[in-house]
Amino acid sequence: MVGALLVVTLVSGALLGFVHQMTKSAIDLAREKAQSDAIASVLPPFDELAPTLKVLPEEGADSIEIFPALAQGHIVGYAVKSYSNNGFSGFISVMAGVDTLGNFTGYEVLEHKETPGLGSKMGDWFRNKEKEGQNVIGKSPGSVNFTVSKDGGDIDAITASTITSRAFLEALRRAHQGVTTLSEKNHGE
Amino acid sequence: MNQMSNFTKGLLRENPILVLILGTCPTLGVTSSAANGLGMGLATTFVLVMSNLVISLVKSQIPDKVRIPSFIVIIAAFVTVVELVMQAYTPGLFKSLGIFIPLIVVNCIVLGRAEAFASKNNPLSSIVDGLGMGLGFTGALVILGSIRELLGNGTLFSFRFYPENYTTLLFVLAPGAFIVLGYMIAIVQKINKAKK
Repeated sequence: MVGALLVVTLVSGALLGFVHQMTKSAIDLAREKAQSDAIASVLPPFDELAPTLKVLPEEGADSIEIFPALAQGHIVGYAVKSYSNNGFSGFISVMAGVDTLGNFTGYEVLEHKETPGLGSKMGDWFRNKEKEGQNVIGKSPGSVNFTVSKDGGDIDAITASTITSRAFLEALRRAHQGVTTLSEKNHGE
Repeated sequence: MNQMSNFTKGLLRENPILVLILGTCPTLGVTSSAANGLGMGLATTFVLVMSNLVISLVKSQIPDKVRIPSFIVIIAAFVTVVELVMQAYTPGLFKSLGIFIPLIVVNCIVLGRAEAFASKNNPLSSIVDGLGMGLGFTGALVILGSIRELLGNGTLFSFRFYPENYTTLLFVLAPGAFIVLGYMIAIVQKINKAKK
C-alpha cells in the first residue's frame, strides 16, 4: 500500500522535474520579454537601459525596481515597476514611464486580478487622450493631485471601479515617489 | 459499450457541466470571455485524457485504500505540466486564466471520471471517455463564455459586435454566470427529455 503510493509520487515527481527543466528557460524568456516590451512601450525611444536600481519609495513599503533609460548617454526617462496592494482583488503591478521632469510618459498594467469588464479597464482608461479628466499621460503628481475626484483629486475614476482606480493611482504615485527619491539621492552624493 | 457512445455521452447526454453539474467553480470563474472558456476547456481536456489513460493503466497495481490519494497525485502532476507549458509558451492565456489552472486539480470532473470510469474500464475506453467529457466541458464553457462576452462586453473572441455603451455589465460578473448557466442547463434538460 505504502509502496504503491511511493511509486506514484516518485514517478510524478520525476515527470514534473523533467518538464520543469524543459520549460524553465522558455518561462524566463517569456517573463523577460513581457518586461522589456512593457519598458519599451511606456518610455520614449531610447538606446539602452542603465543597470536596474532598487529604491525604497517610503518607509514600511516594499522596494520598487527602476530601469533608467539612456539615449546618447543621457537619461531620458525611467521605467518604474510599481505596485499597489489595495486593488479590489489585492495586488496590482504597473510598469510606469516617468520622464526627467516627473511627468508620466506611459504605463502598462503587468499583473492584476480585478473584475473583468470593470476594474480591468484600467489598462486603457487612464491613457484615453480624448478624455482629459481621466488621462494621466503627460501629468505629474508634483503638479496634479493624483487621487480620484471623489476623494478631492484631479483624476476621474473608472465608472463603478473607484477602489481599483484608487489602487492604480497609488501605484503611480509610488512610481513617481521612487523616481523623486532616486534623483534626490543622486543630487545628495 | 461501444466507443462511439463512450465519446458522445460526454457531449450532451452526460455533459459534465450541464447534466452532471460537476466542476462549476472554474466554469463560473473563467467564462467571462469565450477565449478564456476555450483555453480552460482544452487544458482540462488534456488533463482528463492523460489522467484517465494513466489511471486505467495502473488501476490493478494500486490498492483500494490509497486509490484516491494516488489519483490526486497523478492528476496534480498533469495539471502542473499544463501550467508550466502554458506559462512558457502562452503567457497571455496563462495570465488571464491565472489561479484557475492549478484549480483543475480539484475539478470534480477529473477525479469523478477517474473514480467512476477509468478505474473500471480499459485504457482505450478511458481515453475516449476523457476526450468526450473534455470536449463536452469545453463546448459548454465556450458557449457560456460567448454569451457572457457578447451580452456583457459587446464582443465575441475580442471582435466587437456593438458599442460598449449598450452592454449589460451584469453578465460579465458572477450573477450573470449563474443566470446564463441556469438557462443552459434548462435547455439541455429539455433536449435530453425530448430524446427519451
